Amino acid sequence: MAKRVGLEVTVAVAEAVALCRIDMAGVYPITPQSHIAEHLSNMVADGLLDAEFVTVESEHSAMSAVIGASGAGARAYTATASQGLLLMNELLPIASAMRLPICMAVANRAVSGPLNILNDHSDIMPQRDTGWISLFAENSQEAVDLSIQAFRIAEDQDVMLPVNVNIDGFQLTHMVEPVEMPTQEEVDQFLPPFVPHATLHPSKPVTMGAFSMADYFTEIMKAKDEAIRNSKKVILDVWEEWGRLFGRSYKPVESYKADDAETLILTMGSMGETAQLAIDELRDKGVKAGLIKLRLWRPFPFAEIKAAVKNTKKLIVTDRAVSFGGPGGPVFSEIKSALYAETTRPAIYNYIYGLGGRDITVHDFVGMFEKVLADTENSSADTYEFWGVRE
Amino acid sequence: MMNIVENFDLFAPRLINKQELLSSGHRACSGCAEVLAVRLMCKALGENTVIASATGCMEIVSSMFPTTAWRVPWIHVAFENAAAVASGVEAGLKALRKKGKIDDRYIKVVGMAGDGGTMDIGFQALSGAMERGHDMMYVCFDNEAYMNTGIQRSSGTPMGASTTTAPAGKISSGQKTWKKNMPDIMVAHNVPYVATVCPSYPLDFIRKIEKAKSIKGPSYIHCFSVCPTGWRSPSHTAISMGRLAVETGVFPLFEVENGHYRVSPDMPKILKPIRDYFKPQGRFRHLTAEEIDLIQERVIIEHKKLMEKAKYLKTGNE
Repeated sequence: MAKRVGLEVTVAVAEAVALCRIDMAGVYPITPQSHIAEHLSNMVADGLLDAEFVTVESEHSAMSAVIGASGAGARAYTATASQGLLLMNELLPIASAMRLPICMAVANRAVSGPLNILNDHSDIMPQRDTGWISLFAENSQEAVDLSIQAFRIAEDQDVMLPVNVNIDGFQLTHMVEPVEMPTQEEVDQFLPPFVPHATLHPSKPVTMGAFSMADYFTEIMKAKDEAIRNSKKVILDVWEEWGRLFGRSYKPVESYKADDAETLILTMGSMGETAQLAIDELRDKGVKAGLIKLRLWRPFPFAEIKAAVKNTKKLIVTDRAVSFGGPGGPVFSEIKSALYAETTRPAIYNYIYGLGGRDITVHDFVGMFEKVLADTENSSADTYEFWGVRE
Repeated sequence: MMNIVENFDLFAPRLINKQELLSSGHRACSGCAEVLAVRLMCKALGENTVIASATGCMEIVSSMFPTTAWRVPWIHVAFENAAAVASGVEAGLKALRKKGKIDDRYIKVVGMAGDGGTMDIGFQALSGAMERGHDMMYVCFDNEAYMNTGIQRSSGTPMGASTTTAPAGKISSGQKTWKKNMPDIMVAHNVPYVATVCPSYPLDFIRKIEKAKSIKGPSYIHCFSVCPTGWRSPSHTAISMGRLAVETGVFPLFEVENGHYRVSPDMPKILKPIRDYFKPQGRFRHLTAEEIDLIQERVIIEHKKLMEKAKYLKTGNE
């Protein structure tokens, strides 16, 4: 039976990863991820985790080393944030093209410059097109659950793709929250040993990472696109099974009081809980407000997003990253694009907020609703605004 | 006496593994000494080997999808990370072996890259992997420039050589800097074994690879790899050019075991003048007599330094 314990989220994530019986981890320290690396090292040092912990000299080498280990057939894990993720960027599409089921935590942190160690999503957004399955956690329990589910999804023979689990830096990673830690028996039952279909072993020599010119390259890209699109079915199955085993359900798009909502707000990551309080406050005032939370970023859940906003008049999309000189925040662009062909679609507003750790309160969310509701002509729909910026 | 060449099948198995672990049909240039070195390396290592290769000539010529020249497990990821990938392979295999998920045979993990992939862009990853003490061998196949991208200079390019980014011109004499001393940098990492090799000396080459293979820990091999295409020298002279590099002291053959230096018996007692080595190469053709003298002086100094190290830092039983 699972115990309910109070743990810092990074520690809980490291414990969850250890329950997955990883063979190898290659992690380079970076705030606010480092506690994951430290706790994994502690467990290895105390003999509680039977794995090779490789103290790499950079995030580039962290990703390189986990690619090597995964290629050798090991269950391999890494974690990073911000500049570290950007340093890994070169290797992310290679890991997915090689169909290596690597799992990685991203303790989301703003990208320099200026240097900032606090939370936003500007690190993960540029990784959108690297072919990784991308999941967002809202609280400690989700961070733990998704970290375990990630291996099961990644290693499914119909998927064989790397997975990143996004955990908001500090705002989530450094919280001490109650969490139900699954037992080793429960995880063993849920997550079978990794059975790779080709490994770097002399018993059956294979060539990994061959180079390809124009004659095959397009086909390889198409195969990767199909693989990640098809992974959605497996993700849904895994979440369904998780719900049965642990009683906690996961959906690509979560919703809160959204069914009859005339105005919806969309969040990703830890902001969901704050937004939920704002919805309660607005509902108390008689406003038909609702919340949808995008958990599955890649593969993008088109059908679920369409269904979630079908009956709403106005949709507020929040973004924690900027697409400089672009059409709006990255999430906003995706949502707008996904809804373009719909005959009835809501007016879509975009607020860019919470950059570099800027605090966002219930009051801010209420303010966004009030501003959007006052816009009776929808004159500021389809545009974006930096929320709370001093000008 | 029996002719060794005519009776190759009789003699060769005693000297060298007959297995071809790098198959023919690869796309290397004619007269490429580097691919010959890779072939010899594979023979010396045997089949229980996993290779992590950097992007570069050897990767491109051997792995054009859907073909491969490799009969050993081989992985290529990117340009600057062969050492890091190899370190991950080593860690992965170690964990799997310990847990009984794979058989317990000894597998040598090898990282390989060119001079650019080792001395420039891959320098940090190599330093990290060597410092961490992985049980892996790393081989730098040094052809003294970025040959795969078209003969651009690297920190392995020798003084005075003309390359496409450090060309000889009206006011320039090509490369303006001295070649980075990678073997000494690796010795400074306190790795158990560092050696220089050249495929023009196959027996010395094989012995050193076998030695590196036997080391349970990190080892570094610096392989001088003649590139007729990039050096603008006739392709049939690849072997003799390698010998000239050694005979002139431009590329001395030595090994360093736990800090103890040993110069290869193949090294001549008296060095030939470097102009013998420079003359057949288009990349040095523009050099004046004074410039060659300057380089000659440096080669002699470096050679003396090496001889001093070999004298004072020799092994206890020598």
